[in-house]
Order: sequence, then C-alpha cells, then structure tokens
Amino acid sequence: MNELQTMLADTANRLFTDKLTKQVRIAAEEGEWPQDLWNAVEENGFPRVLVSEARGGAGAQWPDALVLLKACGTHAVPLPLAETILANWFLDQAGVDVPDGPITFASAQLTSGPDGMALAGPMQDVPFAANCTHVVALSPSDGTDGGIQVALFASPQVGQANSTIARESVAQVSVSGAAIASGLASLPLNSAMLFGALARSAAIAGALQSVLLQAVQYAGERVQFGRPISKFQAVQHQLAELATHAASVGVAVDAAARAVLADPNAAEFDIAAAKVRASDAAQIGASIAHQTHGAIGFTYEHGLHFWTRRLWSWGPEYGGAAHWAQLLGKNAIEGGGHSLWATVTAR
Amino acid sequence: MQTFRFDPCDLPDSALALRDEIRAFLATELDGFPARKRAETWMGWDAEFSRKIGQKGWIGMTWPKQYGGHERSALDRYVMLEEMLSAGAPVAAHWIGDRQSGPLLLNYGTEEQRQKYLPKIASGESFFCIGMSEPDSGSDLASVRTKAELTDEGWRVNGTKLWTSGAHRAHVMIALFRTATEEGNRHGGLTQFLVDLDTPGITIRPIKDLSGNAHFNEVIFEDVLVPDSQRVGETHGAWKQVTAELAYERSGPERYLSCYPLMAELVQELGDKGTASERDEIEIGRVVAELSTLRQMSVSVAGMLEAGQNPALEASVVKDLGAVLEQRMPGLATDLLERPFHLGTGGLDEAAAYLVQNAPSFSLRGGTREILRGIIARGLGLR
Ligand SMILES: Cc1cc2nc3c(=O)[nH]c(=O)nc-3n(C[C@H](O)[C@H](O)[C@H](O)COP(=O)(O)OP(=O)(O)OC[C@H]3O[C@@H](n4cnc5c(N)ncnc54)[C@H](O)[C@@H]3O)c2cc1C
Repeated sequence: MNELQTMLADTANRLFTDKLTKQVRIAAEEGEWPQDLWNAVEENGFPRVLVSEARGGAGAQWPDALVLLKACGTHAVPLPLAETILANWFLDQAGVDVPDGPITFASAQLTSGPDGMALAGPMQDVPFAANCTHVVALSPSDGTDGGIQVALFASPQVGQANSTIARESVAQVSVSGAAIASGLASLPLNSAMLFGALARSAAIAGALQSVLLQAVQYAGERVQFGRPISKFQAVQHQLAELATHAASVGVAVDAAARAVLADPNAAEFDIAAAKVRASDAAQIGASIAHQTHGAIGFTYEHGLHFWTRRLWSWGPEYGGAAHWAQLLGKNAIEGGGHSLWATVTAR
Repeated sequence: MQTFRFDPCDLPDSALALRDEIRAFLATELDGFPARKRAETWMGWDAEFSRKIGQKGWIGMTWPKQYGGHERSALDRYVMLEEMLSAGAPVAAHWIGDRQSGPLLLNYGTEEQRQKYLPKIASGESFFCIGMSEPDSGSDLASVRTKAELTDEGWRVNGTKLWTSGAHRAHVMIALFRTATEEGNRHGGLTQFLVDLDTPGITIRPIKDLSGNAHFNEVIFEDVLVPDSQRVGETHGAWKQVTAELAYERSGPERYLSCYPLMAELVQELGDKGTASERDEIEIGRVVAELSTLRQMSVSVAGMLEAGQNPALEASVVKDLGAVLEQRMPGLATDLLERPFHLGTGGLDEAAAYLVQNAPSFSLRGGTREILRGIIARGLGLR
C-alpha cells in the first residue's frame, strides 16, 4: 500500500470501528438512515475520493479508492458509499460538478428535449434510491463519438421499492423534468454494470477478509471436546480453504483496479474475472463461516449475518458469476484457443 | 491472524522481451508437436530439447555466470517457465535440476560440488531427480528410514526410495537419508547427498502408473558407498534445506498450468465447431477467470522471490488453489465435449484421456492437499 492508501485505510477503519455500532446496523436494517455515520464519511471526503482536485475531490486513483470500496465490505457499511464514489467518478469523468450528499446511479435511457436531458422511462433496481438526494443516469450517447451520456438528477422519486438480502433498499426511480447537469464520458457503454460489478467485487473481498477473521477468532475461542475447535483438522482445513478464496478475490480485485487505472475502456476482462471469482467465493466463504460458528452464528443476535447476508446479496448484484463468465468464455472461444494464453498474459 | 500478502508485481521489460523470443522459438520448435505430447508438458522427457534450451541460456537463468548461469531475474525465469508450460514443451529432463537441485547447491553445496554439477545442469546435459519419499514416508517426510552410516570408505547406504520421478533416466539423485536416530527430535539426524545413479549397488525399477506410463520409480540401495564429498550441507542438518527446497517446488507455474495445453485445445475446438452453447461459454469463462487470477498470484510469488522474501505460505496457497483448478480442466473437457475419449488418436481426445488419468496426482505430488491446508492453517494461527 502506498502512503495515501495506508492513510485511507487507517481513517476508514477507525471511523467505522468507532461509529458503526451494532445498534446503528440494526437501526439501518429497520429503515433508519444513519445520518451521523454519513456525516462522518462525508467529512473525511470519502465520497469524493475519485473526483479530481479541480472539482473539490481528492484526485486519487482507482487502486486508492479500492481501499474504501473494500472497507464497505470489511465493515458491512449500511450506506451507499460505493454508489456515491462511483456516481461522483462518472460525473467527474463527464466534466460535471459533483453535489454533496449520497448519490446513486443506474443505467437508463436518456432523451434530449428542449430543456436538456430527460429520462425516457423509470430506472430499475436503483440501490439506496430512497436515501439519496441525487441520482446519476448512464445512457448510451446518441452521437457517434463513443462514450456514454452521464446526467445528474436531483430529488429522485422512488416507486416500487424492495429490500435486498442485505436489507438495503432497491427501487424503481423516476425524476421530474430535465437533468440539472449532463456531459459525455469516454467510458464503456455498460459502465453502470461494469463498475458496479467492480465495486461489489471489492466489497466482497473486504467481507471475505472479515468473515475469515471472525471465523478464525471464534474457532480459537469455542471449546468442544476439551479443546478449541480450531485444533480439529477438519475445521482447520475449512478455514484454510476460506483463506485461499479470500486471497484470490483480493488479487483479482487489485488487478481489476489497476486495469481501470491503465484504461477504463480495456478493463472489462479483469473486472469480469474479478466478479466471477468474487461471486463464487462469496458463496463458499459465507457457507464456511457459518459452518464454523455453529448455531450461534445462525442467530440475529450474533451478527455474523451482517456480513454473510451481504455476501449472498452482492454475489449476484451487477451480474453474477455466470453472467461474467459467459462473457469471458464467449470471447475466449471466439478468439480461439491458440490466442487465449496471450490474453491471459497481457494482464 | 496473519493475512497473506500478494502484492501486485509488474514484469520487467527484459521479461516481456524474453517472452516474445521464447514464443517465437517454441512456435518453430514445437510445430506439429501433437496435443498428446503437449499434455505431458513438465512430465515430458526429451534430452535433445533440454540441450537446446540449455544452449539458449534458459536453464539456470538466475545463477551466477561462473557456474554456467545467466544472472537474470527470477521474473525472467518465471516468464520462461510459463511460456514453456503453456505451450506444452517437454521440460521434465532438466526441470528438477533447474528448479530445485541447482538452487540447493548454490545455497548449501561445496565449491567443488557447484563446479562439478551446476554448469552441466545449465547446459542441459545433466539431469536430476528427488529422492525424498519412501514406502513408509510420504506426507510424514521426517520419518525416512533409508540409512547412511559413516564408514572408513565413506557413507554406506541401505534402504528404498519410492515414487522418484525420472530416476530411470536421471544422472543424479538428491537424496534424503537418515544419518542418526535422535530421541525426541525427528527432524534432526537427516542428511542430504548427491548420489550419482551409476554407483554400484543401486537398482532402479520403473513403476507403471494407472495411465500405463512409467515415469516414477522404486530405487533400492544395497551397501551403496557415497563419498563424504557428496554430502550436501551439514551432517544431520538437512531438514531446513529440505523445507527451503519444498518452497521452490510449490511456488512455480507448473502448479496450475499442468493442464493448460488441454484447455487451449478445448477452447479451440469449441470455436472451430462454432456450436458453443451458453453453458460451454459459462464453464470456459469461469476457468479463464480463475486461471487469470491464479497467474497473478503466481507472478506475485515470483516477485517476492525476486525481492529475496520467503513466500512459502503464499506458495502453498497457490499450489492448493492451482491443484483444484488443474484437476477441473480434464473434467471440464469430459463434460463439455460429451464423448468418450479414445487412446491412439494423438490429438485432443488422447490428451484429455491422458490428463483425466493423471489428474489425481496433482493434489499429491509436491505435497498433498491436506498437508498444504495444514500449512495454511498454521499461517492463520490455528495450530
Ligand atoms: C506423480 C507423482 C510423482 C512423485 N514424484 C516424487 C519424486 O520425484 N520424489 C519424491 O520424493 N516423491 C515423489 N512423489 C511422492 C509424493 O511426494 C507423495 O506421494 C506425497 O508426499 C504423499 O505421500 P504418500 O503418497 O505416501 O501418501 P500418504 O502420506 O500415505 O497420504 C495418504 C493420504 O493421507 C493424507 N494424510 C497423510 N498425513 C496426513 C495428516 N497429517 N493430516 C491429514 N491427512 C494426512 C494425505 O493427504 C493423503 O490424502 C510423487 C508422487 C506422485 C503422485
């Protein structure tokens, strides 16, 4: 980790350890917006980590922001922090000023009218929509210059809302009138899916580290048959397996962030690989963590579930393992077996 | 709890240039080399090929020039190996010397031993094998019983080594013998030796494996005399040498690329037929994602080796995940092609048939899955 990354990690860990209590988590699951926590996050400039300095951000790079995206998982943060970091990055890439407050994003169909950009129809499955002051819509641009149209709308109107397994809300969103700002970003057409997938992969990497730590600690404390269960080889091997998956997702996500830093338009392979690994490992990891904890981990009271329910929820969000694997596989087959190795070693 | 460190590692320009050079060389050298042969890759023995590789300067790449080495970086060597394996080149003859025995002699050998053996390993003329396992000592390596007793004429060796890959064709065995029985200290009393395999009293019996090939052996020692000048490192001090050696054995790309040539053939055939189903694409894509991730982990381990760190724990993580992935590839070919594989075709089918039969060994050789997970659990502080 470089200096900035160490600083971000220390600040985030301290902040979330202090302020993100069990009560805050439970209240958030019951629908109460954790305003104090959000204020603290904003005071530390986290939402603007990827925004250029000219627009009042930290001007950091993707591998730096990754520290915060992972922290969303390590601490099971019940805030649209990842969403806001990404929405702000999209805006900055499109040359649009970034508002304060929580912002969410989704892919959409934009039409240009006399007053500027407007939504052609409601946006679906928008995370945290009810809690956000703004929403960013990402749409294919109608020009031929490549890239996507990025539009910022205030006061999203939330339609049918659902709760994810993580007890976070997703909703249908519409807006009244035209965008308050819009611009063109030289990013891939499927940016909402792609970078959403990367953010979720990073969060899964963090959550896997966290459930590994919890399970290792618990196994060292829980005594059965006269010794800590960590002394049983079957338990050790399960945890070793969880550790290898956690390490693998960490590496895949790092690689994806470096690929985005090099060229967001050429990062699809690495992001897809990271999401495949993350989504598969999320299921394995949650399962081993619960097995290690026995019945106590199955209670609401215990709290392991704040992480495992997120792992279950994040796995399929923004495309699950099969979705991204199919893209990789299709490209590999079309490219031919004899050029696959060149693709793999180009990373 | 310790977390494992896999820092990203960028390959230097020298390694990237070398990659192009090796690709071009192999494209010519292995033109028309059948899929079945490529499937053997690091188990494939071809002395002539090894000599060519030696002449190219691709053995002993990191060793000092005075011993025939080339003083290149560990990352250059990493790239050399991944190119050889992904192309299915037959590297078995020189591979043990390059991977294990050479570094062992550089660390612990005498000057005389280095001069005698290293230049010939590097030129691809001298081939090594590893004599660790015995009939009663597999995972529990400290229990080896083949005995070496110091006499006036040198060390007198009696006992049996088992599963020694390539012993029937190698020139030298790096052997682990019991030189003392110390109560309560199983790891003491072990010593390593360089045994020239034409020494009188050695009988080598190839053992057919389930695929019908004979690549590993039983090696019987009857009153074999080994001069003290052939002892490697301290008497009774081999345990730390052997554990260091095992880290070399576990860290390389041969721990996840054994089946890569089959994977390339499979993807090629699916593409050629033009009938890949959604399921084919998903299954292939999953393996591509894992392959790419494992390779980055493996490059990261190579980077740590280059930086002089000791990535033994991370190497175990790569080997464990790698064996699972390798073992999946032949099964994937079986699942996706949905036809019985027949021998004698030389092509994809026979390559798959060979690897289906060899896959069980991937999580045995070089340390079993259970032993590796024990090492990882220790790293997690569980034992
Ligand atoms: C293809 C191939 C090539 C080989 N080449 C060489 C070579 O060149 N040189 C050489 O020295 N050796 C070689 N080996 C031997 C290899 O290192 C051993 O097979 C391996 O160490 C396991 O030993 P074993 O076969 O005696 O199995 P065992 O040790 O008897 O193990 C049998 C099973 O019990 C499990 N087990 C054993 N102990 C424990 C424990 N403490 N906890 C949990 N489970 C345990 C093992 O994991 C395994 O599943 C080769 C093996 C193969 C298959």
